[in-house]
Amino acid sequence: MNDAPRNSRSTEYYRQLLRVRTFEERVGELFVRGGTAGSMLHLSIGEEAAAVGVTAHMGDGDSFTTHHRGHGIFLARGADPNRMMAEIAGAESGYCAGKGGSMHIADRELGHLGANAIVGGGIPAVIGAGLSARHFKSNAVSVAFFGDGAAQQGVLYESMNMAALWSLPCLFVCINNQYGMGTKIDRSAARTEFEDRATAFGLRGARADGGDVEKVAEVAGELIEAARAGAAGFLVVDCYRFHGHARMDKSPYRDDAEETEGRKTDPLALQRRRLIEDALLSESQCDEIAESVTEEMDAAVDFAIKGRQPAQDALFQDVYAPGQPAPEPVDQRIAKVLAE
Amino acid sequence: MSEPIEFTYRDALRLALRDAMTADSSIIVIGEEVGLYGGAYGVTKGLIDDFGPERLIDTPISEAGLVGAAVGAAMTGLRPVAELMYVDFIGLAMDQIANQAAKIRYMFGGQIGVPMLLRTQGGTGRSGAAQHSQSLEAWIMHTPGLRLAMPATVTDAYVLLRHALTLPDPTVFIEHKALYTQKGILDREQPADWGQAKVLRAGSDLTIVTYSRMVHFALEAAGSLADDGIDAEVIDLRTLNPLDRETIVASVAKTGRALVVTEDTLTAGVSAEIAAILQEEAFDWLEEPVIRLAGEDIPIPVAPELEAGSIPSPARIISTARKLMRR
Ligand SMILES: Cc1ncc(C[n+]2csc(CCOP(=O)(O)OP(=O)(O)O)c2C)c(N)n1
Ligand SMILES: [Mg+2]
Repeated sequence: MNDAPRNSRSTEYYRQLLRVRTFEERVGELFVRGGTAGSMLHLSIGEEAAAVGVTAHMGDGDSFTTHHRGHGIFLARGADPNRMMAEIAGAESGYCAGKGGSMHIADRELGHLGANAIVGGGIPAVIGAGLSARHFKSNAVSVAFFGDGAAQQGVLYESMNMAALWSLPCLFVCINNQYGMGTKIDRSAARTEFEDRATAFGLRGARADGGDVEKVAEVAGELIEAARAGAAGFLVVDCYRFHGHARMDKSPYRDDAEETEGRKTDPLALQRRRLIEDALLSESQCDEIAESVTEEMDAAVDFAIKGRQPAQDALFQDVYAPGQPAPEPVDQRIAKVLAE
Repeated sequence: MSEPIEFTYRDALRLALRDAMTADSSIIVIGEEVGLYGGAYGVTKGLIDDFGPERLIDTPISEAGLVGAAVGAAMTGLRPVAELMYVDFIGLAMDQIANQAAKIRYMFGGQIGVPMLLRTQGGTGRSGAAQHSQSLEAWIMHTPGLRLAMPATVTDAYVLLRHALTLPDPTVFIEHKALYTQKGILDREQPADWGQAKVLRAGSDLTIVTYSRMVHFALEAAGSLADDGIDAEVIDLRTLNPLDRETIVASVAKTGRALVVTEDTLTAGVSAEIAAILQEEAFDWLEEPVIRLAGEDIPIPVAPELEAGSIPSPARIISTARKLMRR
């Protein structure tokens, strides 16, 4: 997408931002209708530029891990919204057959090594993917996406050090939405210039305005190109978490004025304005895109709702590989013991 | 057939790694001091000369990072062997082991496996004190998704390690630091019989169920007990996941008495699981309660006499067996 002419590239960014935004809105609505598996849903509304701007430079063979707020990243990377929505609904037709849910989506085909519900837990996997790229002499890059909260986890620094030390094709992307649950970054870090931490480790450190997808894409493109050549990087994308931490959170720890101000950093609104002002698209052309995205995401909700819940016998499957000794169900054990 | 050669446990492990790495170019070893230094206990000594620094990767002192890197490498086509210098350091890497490696296949609906091996060593015997002497196998055994092997013999060190390096799921391999210099005849062709316990000494009066270093203590004790007219059967579990319930139940069905011996601590330890299985599945044959001779529920002290007192000894296996026999 990054090699395309300006017109189609900017339009595609807009379309992708809109797809992420709309997908997340539908997830929120599905939750209200009781259609999601569980309430641990973390929406990335306001953060779409990080997902779209970085994944624009990723392709076949590349891999990535995400944090718990990772729907948008995977969608922008090319996920099928139907299977994503189905997974969030806990349906058999989901990416992980209804075993993972919102916080544990993965996909071998697209190199998604997994979303993670352990803050920082997915980060070191990209080091291993970097070692694989080196071993198999591929041109692949591996990207770890995580939040500002995870930027305070020790395993990140172990990973940053190894990436720099071994010149691995890795990129760390810190999506700085200003909050880790109810804790604003200045209450969790004495210095919030996280890109400086990266340069201290010998990584390329950069910061981008998450309100502007084109800026994110530009900086990410440079960093990914350098990473493929063995100069690992670290990108902070500044944005604002428009809504609560999870669906149930009404954000009582921050005031309305701050939220109103924060929501002005809206990559979707900016991109639409830009397309129209620069005469790349007309109002009605933008609306047409919006209509097609709405259709696509409505269809995803339908697909998810129609999905079947996994059958009970799936319970004991995939703890280990097929054909390997499997766990014995408790009732089976009891029956065997009492039969003797 | 070539002459049988005597090997140490350590050399058998090294040979297993060398043979496996020769056969499978996707195997890498990643850990602290595994390359130039040759491993804190010398298991990987010289491998860097054969396979180079790209396959013997010396890491910074970053247990979570290196185990996490192994997870990612295993998900992307490599078969990493992560070495944790001491099992006592596993707390630093436990998230990567228990929340990541162990759960990835299941959470992701069976799409992605994690064929990695975590090699480490544990146990007492070198006065390593409280943070370098533990037996933490129960932590692993408690976690669905992980396999666990604990070889006691030279041949098992080789064949179980070779087999572990063919498995599709994350496997933990805990060596015993007091066994590295143990000598024995290595039979490389012996089938791995992964998941099968072995009756190392047949007996009719009681069954001693054990694994790792305690196998040797139990065999020694069984020899003395025989002089006393007590015929003990000794079972080496070899792998704790899969756990071979059939072999231990069949043995206790025959002897009617079970003594479970572990270096691991008593409370909620491996011995508790074995005792529960025997209570469930050998209930009708038990002449006496299942007895557990386990590590004491204390941190391991440094003074050699105290260290030795914190775990079972051949003498205590003998005295406990005699009590169990009401002798
Ligand atoms: C290891 C760990 N600690 C704490 C939590 C609980 N928790 C879930 S999300 C979160 C905040 C994370 O903040 P950040 O990394 O900035 O990501 P964001 O939610 O803002 O996207 C916390 C504390 C967790 N899931 N895992
Ligand atoms: Mg945050």
